[in-house]
Amino acid sequence: MLIEITLNGKTVKAEVAADTTLYDFVREHGCYSVKCGCETSNCGLCTVFLEDKPVLSCSVLAVRADHCRVTTLEGLQEEAGEFVTFIADQGAEQCGFCNPGFVMNALALFRENPYPKEEEIKEFLSGNLCRCSGYEGQLRGILNFLESMKQKEAEG
Amino acid sequence: MITIQNYRKAESLSEAYELNQKKSNRIIGGMMWMRMGNAKINTAIDLAGLGLDELEETDGEFRIGCMVTLRQLETHQGFYAYTSGCAKEALRHIVGVQFRNLATVGGSIYGRYGFSDVLTLFLALDSYAELYKGGIVPLKDYAARKYDRDILVRIIVKKKPVTMFYEAIRITETDLPVLTCAVARFAENNSFLVSIGARPGRAILVEDKENIFAEGVYEASIQKFSEYAKATVPTESNMRGSAEYRSHLVGVVVKRALMELYMKDE
Repeated sequence: MLIEITLNGKTVKAEVAADTTLYDFVREHGCYSVKCGCETSNCGLCTVFLEDKPVLSCSVLAVRADHCRVTTLEGLQEEAGEFVTFIADQGAEQCGFCNPGFVMNALALFRENPYPKEEEIKEFLSGNLCRCSGYEGQLRGILNFLESMKQKEAEG
Repeated sequence: MITIQNYRKAESLSEAYELNQKKSNRIIGGMMWMRMGNAKINTAIDLAGLGLDELEETDGEFRIGCMVTLRQLETHQGFYAYTSGCAKEALRHIVGVQFRNLATVGGSIYGRYGFSDVLTLFLALDSYAELYKGGIVPLKDYAARKYDRDILVRIIVKKKPVTMFYEAIRITETDLPVLTCAVARFAENNSFLVSIGARPGRAILVEDKENIFAEGVYEASIQKFSEYAKATVPTESNMRGSAEYRSHLVGVVVKRALMELYMKDE
């Protein structure tokens, strides 16, 4: 089937099989930040934005995204830059394998709720599994990031 | 593993219904559970273009299209308020936001999965399933039916003054539940509905067949009813818990729910 997807702002036309997943599609088009961890819709590693909503690309048929906007971390360099740098400086993660999915979902959270409380962060990011940080580092990193954002705003 | 030969975005419910009569074809909801199984699908039928992704609230009811996502349901303010916050409580533990942005209400209800928080929630309300050919049937009846090839178009919840309680017991956060319980207390006649799911079979309603509450709802009758529920709700064992453990939980959560809803007023 011929589909047309706006991937990171660029129109991409491609012939795909009916059961090609959106995950395979974006990888085939150079978006290697999107990774496959569990293939059981649990880990959040393959998170992309479909029409600005975070979804698991391993669980969406590419044909379902026909004529839709799909955004991966490659398309969010500017928006993600400050957060990613902060998280790295904080040493909030260890191996970093889950990082792209974690960053994508954290950005989705900030878009919906710019200054979430600790419980809201935990709840929103519960669909992002990390096998090495124990989540404490990530949580501390996000809370510190939000605090620094607040300070910046206060300083004008 | 699942393989799909063809994909068809249905242009009408009639087209979707016709296509769905062939056994090798299948309607895909959010396809979250479907993709975990093994199947060779000839034509995957998508209802995404039929405007069924809307949750309408009128003075008398909520009309929830089958393609409404769990996240839409969870964040709908009117439904949140109507269910005393239980819609959110029932849904927020299901995997993660990215999952709930894909999983659909129709997929959850049509699937009548034993572990379904969604079915447990709706069963405790005055809910109906609107089927393309089969008309509107009480959800209680639909939940007990065998699978057929009709299309679940929407869920209708009749608005009645109600307060609710919802609790799901999970061993691990975001995992499938060991037991789910929803209780709705209707101001009309001071009646209530109790549903229990993840038994691990499909959710069912617990009916007061012994008229335990005939003389009123108070602490002793709640205790008696919770024991009755514990004794009569069928439970089984699986990797998440034994039948005995689940039966014990039934008694605990039913009592807790009824105490919360009834004794608060005292």
